[in-house]
Amino acid sequence: MKLHEYQAKQFFDKAGIPVPFGVNAKTPEEASRAFGTVKQMCKGGEGFVANVKAQLHAGGRGKVGGVVAVRSATEAATEAARLLGKRLVTKQTGPEGLPVSSVLVDERSTLAKEWYLALTIDRFRAQPMLLASALGGMDIEEVAATKPSAIIREPVELESGVSEPACAKIAATFGSAPDQAPVIAKIARAMWQVFEGRDASLIEINPLGVLQDGRIVAVDAKVTLDVNALFRHPELAAMRDESQEHPLELKAGRIGISYVGLEGNIGCLVNGAGLAMATNDIIKLSGGSPANFLDVGGGANVEQVTNAFSIILSDARVKAVLVNIFGGIMRCDWIAEGLLKATRQLDVKVPIVVRLQGTNVEEGRRLLAQAKRLNLVSIDELADAARRVVEFAQASA
Amino acid sequence: MSILVDKNTRVIVQGITGQAGAFHTEKMLEYKTQVVGGVTPGKGGSSVHGVPVFNTVQEAVSATGANATIVFVPAKFAFGAVSEALEAKLPLIVIITEGIPTLDMLRLKRRVAPPQGSGRAGLPAGQAGAPVRIIGPNCPGLITPGQCKLGIMPGYIHRPGSVAVLSRSGTLTYDAVYQLTQAGLGQSTCVGIGGDPVIGSSFTDLLGLLQPDAQTEAIVLIGEIGGTEEEEAAAYIKAQVTKPVFAFVAGRMAPKEKRMGHAGAIIAGGHGTAAEKLAALQAAGVTIVESPAEIGKTVKAALARRPSQGLPSAR
Repeated sequence: MKLHEYQAKQFFDKAGIPVPFGVNAKTPEEASRAFGTVKQMCKGGEGFVANVKAQLHAGGRGKVGGVVAVRSATEAATEAARLLGKRLVTKQTGPEGLPVSSVLVDERSTLAKEWYLALTIDRFRAQPMLLASALGGMDIEEVAATKPSAIIREPVELESGVSEPACAKIAATFGSAPDQAPVIAKIARAMWQVFEGRDASLIEINPLGVLQDGRIVAVDAKVTLDVNALFRHPELAAMRDESQEHPLELKAGRIGISYVGLEGNIGCLVNGAGLAMATNDIIKLSGGSPANFLDVGGGANVEQVTNAFSIILSDARVKAVLVNIFGGIMRCDWIAEGLLKATRQLDVKVPIVVRLQGTNVEEGRRLLAQAKRLNLVSIDELADAARRVVEFAQASA
Repeated sequence: MSILVDKNTRVIVQGITGQAGAFHTEKMLEYKTQVVGGVTPGKGGSSVHGVPVFNTVQEAVSATGANATIVFVPAKFAFGAVSEALEAKLPLIVIITEGIPTLDMLRLKRRVAPPQGSGRAGLPAGQAGAPVRIIGPNCPGLITPGQCKLGIMPGYIHRPGSVAVLSRSGTLTYDAVYQLTQAGLGQSTCVGIGGDPVIGSSFTDLLGLLQPDAQTEAIVLIGEIGGTEEEEAAAYIKAQVTKPVFAFVAGRMAPKEKRMGHAGAIIAGGHGTAAEKLAALQAAGVTIVESPAEIGKTVKAALARRPSQGLPSAR
């Protein structure tokens, strides 16, 4: 579960990681007032400059006008009005972009240096890992690709946290001044405290800025929480911003269906994530293009199949549907009954190709054949089923 | 031979009185798996499908001589359940449960001695990890056909034989196994390693067991996009595995993965796409299966071409 920058900075502030003073605003009026508060708290004078930063679950907003400098409350309100409710398209959002939920108004400072500091889990080593680089502020993936030696990795011990030597190495890679080393160590330890205390899966500070006077602040903040651990932190569930999620994916997720919209015109209904991906693959191999990834989950009962069909068909581009179910514990005859019921109930008009395999498959296929639906074809082999559904989609395109 | 489980494996079911636990206990019994006990705190003294239920893992192990456990306990309580199994020194722990917090899995895995040469973080000096193998979580379990089903897969699709299957997926594995069986190729042991970010045993850990296993003549790997399991397996195969390996990687056609920020991508060192995984596997001498419908056929055709070691057909 991704958090907004302003939410992440609340965690940082509580844990003792220095952040610029800021106020989150949901309307232009709030942004106007926020400018006054920030200016006052920062003891700003005549030339005081604040940021208005669009809050959305994606990076790269600075390059598309999502972070702007303002010099007055009026300017803050104007920029907030320009951003709020709009969709921003950044390198990370995809072509549809993401809506701006709110704006963070905070102190803008000139940075002498920009560092990178992150904490995540190294899956292979099965260990939390700090990543640090003196080349912060820019696209860190670019750095990873072109100059991997510029990023160091320091393991965090589950029992004892961030070690002295790890802190020393991070300070060294930053090339920091001697009096900055204890601050860097404090920040690294506080990051682990947030990570462990809130069950995060990622904490990223980019840039970790150095001000002209040598003070260090987290200029930006990214925190992703482990959804599996939310049961331990019921208060964090309220921080979820559903406006940042795809409406259909959200709707599907609420009923235990995993759905991801794609670009094509062949709807897919599959049980199991691996098989669902493999089904998308074989459609492409057969010259077609899938409209979605859909894992109906373990149940695959009438209700779930009906729900899945209604989600698939709410995408108007869908010209044909491929159902690929491997009945393990769930018997194929039950699935066939479910399919017939669901498609009748929803009055599905597009051609449906059904490939059933597994437990009681003969009975399942018999039921489908007996129903004599003109738009429903049962095909035993996955490769044949994929070819057929591609033909259907092309014929009606 | 086979790996991890055989007809002598004595199993306890943690969470046996729950819906999934009870259902799969029955299915495992039908497969003639030796399910000798179950555990649900507070339900000791009762029984499920004739299997005695105990309050603690230790009691169950003392009473039954169990040497493996399968965990169906809900995610909230899974950490405690697996801790109990570790304390009772059960050598094999299979976690079916989905949705366990990643940090819980890290803490559990930390208590297990890493296999030699795994490159995984060890315990602090002076602490010995338990010689235990964890499979999962969020996995279908494992099966040695005809001997022991320690999982939720449909038993009847399997046949005893000499092809091992390792997979990150569930139904796709069943499909692959079904294809092998249809092609007349039985299986030695099939393991679903699970789809979570942190899992008990990796492809690499299990390849280390399959290479010396006398029954296993060929290995099928079913991978997925994301993570670096397949790349690590490729490096291991290149260095250590002489048996023929076949691989299918799901998600070749998927658009670029939805990523969780930058750090995840960096830690993977630019790995994780299907193209990268396939290239690494191919460079390690693995036969790549292009279509998910061709897994059985590809293995059969390749093995038929091998001069001396024709595989025994399914019994």
